[in-house]
Amino acid sequence: MLIKFLDIAIGGLLMGGIYALIAVGFGLQYGVARVLNIAHGEFIMLGAFCTWTLFTSAGVTPLVSMLFCAPFFFAIGFVIYRIFFTPLRASSESPAAFEGNSMLASFGLLFVVQNLALIIWGTPVRGYSYLAFPIHLSGAVFSANRIVTLIASIILGSAFYVFLLSTRTGKAIRAAAQDPDAAELMGVRINRVLALCFGFGTMMAALGGLLLSMTSIMLSPVMGMQYTLIAIIVVVLGGLGNIKGCFIGGFILGLVGYIVSSSQPGLSMVAYYVIFLFLLLVRPTGLLTK
Amino acid sequence: MKTAGNKYGSFIALITLLALLVGVPGYMSSYTVILITNILMYVVLTLSWAIFSAPTGYISLASAAFFGTGVYASALLSSSLPLPVVIVIGGSASFTLAFLVGSLTLRLKGMYFTMFTFGLVELVRNSLHWWEVNITGTVGRIILSADNTAIFYSMVGIFVSVLLVSYLIKRSKFGLALESIGESEEAADHSGVNVTRVKAVTFAVSAFFMGAAGATMSMRWTYIDPTTAFNIQFSFMPVLMAIFGGTGHLYAPIAGATVFSLLEEMLTTKFPYYYMLIFGLIMLAVIRFMPHGLEGVIEKWRHRIKRESIVRI
Amino acid sequence: METQDKEGIYCENMKILEASRLNKRFGGLTAVSSVDLDVKEGEILGLIGPNGAGKTTLFNLLSGALKADSGVIRFKGHDITGLKPHQIARRGIARTFQSVKIFSRMSVIDHVRLGYLFGRLESGGKDEAEREVCEILEFMALASMRDALGRDLILANQKRLEVARALAAKPDLLLLDELMAGLTPTEMAAAMELVKQMGQRGITIVMIEHVMKAIMNICGRIIVLDHGLKLAEGTPEEITENKTVIEVYLGE
Repeated sequence: MLIKFLDIAIGGLLMGGIYALIAVGFGLQYGVARVLNIAHGEFIMLGAFCTWTLFTSAGVTPLVSMLFCAPFFFAIGFVIYRIFFTPLRASSESPAAFEGNSMLASFGLLFVVQNLALIIWGTPVRGYSYLAFPIHLSGAVFSANRIVTLIASIILGSAFYVFLLSTRTGKAIRAAAQDPDAAELMGVRINRVLALCFGFGTMMAALGGLLLSMTSIMLSPVMGMQYTLIAIIVVVLGGLGNIKGCFIGGFILGLVGYIVSSSQPGLSMVAYYVIFLFLLLVRPTGLLTK
Repeated sequence: MKTAGNKYGSFIALITLLALLVGVPGYMSSYTVILITNILMYVVLTLSWAIFSAPTGYISLASAAFFGTGVYASALLSSSLPLPVVIVIGGSASFTLAFLVGSLTLRLKGMYFTMFTFGLVELVRNSLHWWEVNITGTVGRIILSADNTAIFYSMVGIFVSVLLVSYLIKRSKFGLALESIGESEEAADHSGVNVTRVKAVTFAVSAFFMGAAGATMSMRWTYIDPTTAFNIQFSFMPVLMAIFGGTGHLYAPIAGATVFSLLEEMLTTKFPYYYMLIFGLIMLAVIRFMPHGLEGVIEKWRHRIKRESIVRI
Repeated sequence: METQDKEGIYCENMKILEASRLNKRFGGLTAVSSVDLDVKEGEILGLIGPNGAGKTTLFNLLSGALKADSGVIRFKGHDITGLKPHQIARRGIARTFQSVKIFSRMSVIDHVRLGYLFGRLESGGKDEAEREVCEILEFMALASMRDALGRDLILANQKRLEVARALAAKPDLLLLDELMAGLTPTEMAAAMELVKQMGQRGITIVMIEHVMKAIMNICGRIIVLDHGLKLAEGTPEEITENKTVIEVYLGE
């Protein structure tokens, strides 16, 4: 009985870490930079594919790829925000108009990135095998790569949490999240901070994708959208801007997904959706926010 | 302001257009018939999208879900029922789905609604896929295809209907309510408008036509499965077309839809993924530089000629 | 004021609105605390208090924009607690807002048409509707700008438009939230005259105001709110002599 429970608990948590990470990224982009980034999942996909390419063509292990992917995707997000969203924000008639426009723009971005990936990598489903040996934990069996992704996601999440709390940039981000105008008055270079947040968002998406590629052998250029949805649901579950909430929410969703997939594979997205609908109707500010 | 001359002119143009359309299968090649059917399909999707999202400002990304529902309904029924009935059933199925989703999610802020509609396509696709795999045992269905001409005339009929409904809504008290909701939901609510119900009904009406269009087009495709029926591209294209063309006057979405469906036709065979990438880039460019679309540019030019005063009274 | 109820019996000072023990909290903050409010039919009641006293929140509770945590609201004898704004609007309560909420891209006449078409339980035929709409525009001195868009009006006219839209619903009770705010002295005088005229037409009015001159001039009765509590209630003379009120308003 205990074994079964542990099996479910850990199995659920494994994906939960990745869910949490991508939710934190999405939350940064929507909560601070005020961009509802529908293309978030595409960057997750890109992270997965970059890792796959580096592994299969150059033998670079995923954990080492992280050293390249993190800054690379951070830069991509930062640049995209600077050259597109910053001027869009300036020319939008109101914050509400900017939110609408940036969401639509991200929809366009979705198609740009997805089709770019289709051109580069084509339609076939990809996968690679790394650290795929079994590990025994209290009688249950798990794949080593899954355990590594769980540990990695917790480490990354904690690192970012510490970053937000103790560094100047982190504090600037938190100020901008609360009140961008007040923050600007206090000397925060708001445009730079917003671009940083967007960059962190794409970075976390890519890292999430990297970790995902370690555990999934079904990588496809069209896989992004479902992860965008998962990120959205976790953010609604855990509260916008709440890192701990995102982790709790991510684990809950991971657990639900694991339980549902073991009895009815293919229905996990539906289960997430039901949760989403339930949350929106009952407590759209998140279950875990005060 | 629309003068009598303007209105008369638009009406004549429309009648002429319809007369031409009706004659098309008679003296045009079947390739042209198919092409125009495609264009009309996109025009219908864009006009339908604009019926709800334009006045209220609630951006729906669920068009593909409603289109796909029509496609699927048609796939299930086309062998046993006549075409017009199948189209109405497809539309009704989408209407019902939209009304349900709308009633639940339109109480929320616009962004939550948009998020939910984004996922609706995946949700329906996943559910149907699971259903087909586990319950009915067939994933993928073969459809007895209908005559290209029948499909063409059906699409013309749907086009005329959606145009008529759009026009009537704009001029009715319902349209007034929609406008007020787009400007200030709170004020509309306090003026006696049942905001949630108006939104849900309008959303459902727009979905009806999308479903009808889907039911019609599925006859062309011969093979349907959840993945081909529910393609996010059908959520993207109407939005792109409406943003490019504009949504204020009725001609704007029609123009946008025509331009892009022709572009797609020209590019899709030679540059399959590139054209969607370009469309994505165009979307970005339009949002950044032409937020009111082509129509915005045209209207600005018209107003500059009229030299409208900006003095407040 | 004498009013006649359904059986033709004259009763004095019939209450059109009775709100008892209304409470509303936002997180840790109590915005409205056990407030009782009775509005007599046909009166013009003033609602004053310092900023943050809970006046607009009270209006929000009455109009249905917010749900009270506890308490009962009865309008024309019926319980309307918990009803939605559009339902309350149709029953005869109309309101204006502290920050003017007009429809910027809608014409003046369409505003009034909207109020007419949706704010009443039954509306007349097309001709009668147009006649009433035009009459309201005339009464509100907006007839000359009937085709102007909401955003092209100056503030004073936007406020008139808000009132016109509210009047089109033929309300029995009109809630005015800081009608005078942002108006020049001339505009204010015209607004005060307008309120008096609406009162003469039989509409019961409750007005939130900071401009004391207006309140003292127009209102037959005043209620003072502070920190969500009802401090005092009485005629203008009684209020100006009330020690607690003077303390609260010291310096205002």
